[in-house]
Amino acid sequence: MKLLKYFLPVILALVIISCSDDDDDVAPVNEIGDLIKVQDISNDEHTIEVYTKSGKLVQGYNDITVRIKDNLTQDFVENATISWKPVMHMIEKTHSCPKSDLVKVTDKQTVYNGYIIFTMAENETEKWDLTFNYTIDGTAYEVVDFIAVPASSKQTITSVMGVDGVKYVLALIEPQKPEVKINDITIGLFKMESMMSFPVVENYKINLDPRMPSMGNHSSPNNQDLFFNATSNMYDGKLSLTMTGYWKLNLILRNQNNEILKGEAVTDENEASTLYLEIEF
Amino acid sequence: MVSKFYIGLLVSLLFTVIISAQEKSLDTVKIEQLKEIIIVNRKSLNNKNQVKPLASIDEYLEKSNKITMIKRGNYAWEPAINNMVSDRISVTIDGMQIFGACTDKMDPITSYVDISNLSEVHVKSGQQGAENGSTIGGGIDLKLQKGNFNDEALYVGFDTGFETNGNARIGSSELNFSNSKFFVNADAIYRKSDNYTAGGDVEIKYSQYEKYNVSTIAGLKINKNGAIIGSVIFDNATNIGYPALTMDVSSAKALITSVSYLQKNSNSRVTEWETKFYMNTITHVMDDTKRPDVPIHMDMPGWSDTYGFYSKIKLAKTRHSLLFNANAYYNKALAEMTMYPSDPNENEMFMLTWPDVRTLYSGIYGEDDFSLNKNSNLKMTARIGFQDETIADDFGLNSLQIFYPNLNDNQQRFLINLSTQYQFQRDRFQFSGSVGYGERAPSVTEAYGFYLFNSFDNYDYIGNPYLNNEKSLEFNAAVNYTSKKIKMGIEASYFYISDYIIGKLNPDYDRMTIGADGVKVYTALDYATIFTTNLTAEYSISNAIKLDGMLGYSLGEDNDKENLPLISPLNYKLMLRYKKAFLDAELGMSGADKQYNYSSSYGEDKTNAYTVFNANASYAFYKGKNKIFVKAGMDNIFDRYYSTFADWKNIPRMGRNTFINISYVIK
Repeated sequence: MKLLKYFLPVILALVIISCSDDDDDVAPVNEIGDLIKVQDISNDEHTIEVYTKSGKLVQGYNDITVRIKDNLTQDFVENATISWKPVMHMIEKTHSCPKSDLVKVTDKQTVYNGYIIFTMAENETEKWDLTFNYTIDGTAYEVVDFIAVPASSKQTITSVMGVDGVKYVLALIEPQKPEVKINDITIGLFKMESMMSFPVVENYKINLDPRMPSMGNHSSPNNQDLFFNATSNMYDGKLSLTMTGYWKLNLILRNQNNEILKGEAVTDENEASTLYLEIEF
Repeated sequence: MVSKFYIGLLVSLLFTVIISAQEKSLDTVKIEQLKEIIIVNRKSLNNKNQVKPLASIDEYLEKSNKITMIKRGNYAWEPAINNMVSDRISVTIDGMQIFGACTDKMDPITSYVDISNLSEVHVKSGQQGAENGSTIGGGIDLKLQKGNFNDEALYVGFDTGFETNGNARIGSSELNFSNSKFFVNADAIYRKSDNYTAGGDVEIKYSQYEKYNVSTIAGLKINKNGAIIGSVIFDNATNIGYPALTMDVSSAKALITSVSYLQKNSNSRVTEWETKFYMNTITHVMDDTKRPDVPIHMDMPGWSDTYGFYSKIKLAKTRHSLLFNANAYYNKALAEMTMYPSDPNENEMFMLTWPDVRTLYSGIYGEDDFSLNKNSNLKMTARIGFQDETIADDFGLNSLQIFYPNLNDNQQRFLINLSTQYQFQRDRFQFSGSVGYGERAPSVTEAYGFYLFNSFDNYDYIGNPYLNNEKSLEFNAAVNYTSKKIKMGIEASYFYISDYIIGKLNPDYDRMTIGADGVKVYTALDYATIFTTNLTAEYSISNAIKLDGMLGYSLGEDNDKENLPLISPLNYKLMLRYKKAFLDAELGMSGADKQYNYSSSYGEDKTNAYTVFNANASYAFYKGKNKIFVKAGMDNIFDRYYSTFADWKNIPRMGRNTFINISYVIK
């Protein structure tokens, strides 16, 4: 009987809750999960909601999810084709940065996903804007607004000139949450074809040598160089981190013929490579 | 394969001995065991101890012929039996398992008790020391001082001591009460020392220490033969310098508790049955905040908690005296390291150096001391244990998986220890011979240590969870001769240790510690051998004057005939004693030959020969039942600057030291 005394209200509550579900209008399907909204970018007809895990955009790699809301019906559009274009407005010039296509997420109705790698941070006078071009039922729309891209405290992206005269962009994609273990490391490698075009570079190789400058350039064992992954269009390898703190990932970029395009081996005389990314955790 | 062969050999050996033994005639004469007992108890304050009453437990142990003490400073010396240190020996407090919390062996178990807690120390060589746990080199059991229900007693004692070298101050007091139903022993001791000076007035920086220790043991008789005994020891050391190391210890704390039920009945077949539950917890904080010139500041705290029990039963049956000990313990060992970059904006660097290893051991030990005839007896011992180890912290498991990607968080081991000893005594001669086989599991550091810096050879060490058990086959022989004027003894032990665990350089790994030469990974050598022998002699020149001498020699080699580290060179002691009525006086000399067989690959060099002299005298004044005992003396009389093979990084030993100890006992 004592048990019943406690369970009865619980059961009742459950009944009430489960019943009340059916009464409301159909709620918009939440396909965003625990992503956090960065900002809304609107025109007269639609609002593009921009989401990331942190609710922020940063210099470097950003995994971005968007959805399009009809301003009139408040419904989310399910049948759009959409593309995007980030543009940096510098004093002297404008340029874009590496990005993926924006594609509808498989198994989901309302969300579109892709990545943008902001090659630089904004400052007082130089800002990024983000343009979305999308088509719904044959009608094309455009929406654009400024976005905030603050500087990363660590170098998670680097633009370098290879000995072949090509400008390359390397961005750290994984690990986003580094741990003391053998981490999967993913780097995006792009070349700058023009100010607006940054295609993926395929089938190169990136040598990895992580070091801790504060520990007399301590390095870790069992790292693996990064090779091209044709499925993800990125470079995958293994990164061992033996302790928390600041790590400098010294890199050497090699082409298909294994020729060094950028970077130097770390030795007793040479503390670091000129091609590097950074992690601190 | 080799080990299986040994087990088979031993088992068959045991059987033949048992069968042949049954045919002998019946006669029970107890033959003295060849174990060594160091008396720490201050009830019988006299010069027999050869140690000043307020000496540290380390100084007491150092007087044992079987023990050498490894020194990293003036505090917390690490005992070695048969030239084997911590991981290869079993150190227990009254049968209780307790494990240090320092990854760098700066806190041997002996540092968490003091002489005020103890009555005796039992030192057993090799497999004779497997009663309380698996061992290779031997066992040290520190016996707590406790009253009994036999005599009505109430006495209070005060001791005070001063030593000129290091300006060491020691004070202690104790209260002991016992009657037929109840006893209680309570004591407290305090020690403080500044930096000591080596010979030639060389100050050894960072050699200071301060500690106090309080303990209480109480017993209550609850029926005719049974009693409940509880004990609590709290030991707290602060500001301990380790001049041989790059780090010091700001705090080392231990709380050691137990409760037991003891049943004694000499008329019954079961003469004694003790069941004890215990728990101890250690917190050890290593840091380098007082060192001005370090490449990077770091903190290295460690924790070790142990919960356990044992049930020990002693049986007497005509010519057999049997002992069984079933024990189990659960230990939790965690240690971490935080390093502080010189750039304050940079994140702290953190790692787990012991990945929260949970060790669950359970085992059973049996011993039969069998009297063959009035001249000889046979003692057989066996221990079987099961050990389960789990890495409880994912951070630690992930860390180790950097080196061992497929490492599982759990593993099990079986451990076997066996020995058989034959003793023969006729007239003035006593002979003893024994053979033993023992196994031990790798220690937490050897299996799971993560970048532990060893300042001795200047390498970082990585544990190896895939190590086999270390196995030892040992042979011992001893002969003693005793007459009215002369006592002589010679004793030798030989250990053939297969899968000998030691660090080997792995050139693929990069050092972590700034300034280290590289990384060594614990590996097993095919085998290593250790031989130790010592010769003792005592000659009574007259009733009052005695001459006492000891000569010891050891040799340790690996399978490539390379020397093992920390093996004692030829060493000797000579002592002239005078005793008349209440006066004792002593003149001593001790020393060692040059360390010819040193191990350069483990950071040793050829330590020079040395001889030091010391002298002391004591006098006991009685006033009624009360007693005042005064002992004064001088160590290293000629202020010699020297170090021994056992001194970490050749840290020099203490120069001339004058001491006085006064004890006052009120009954």
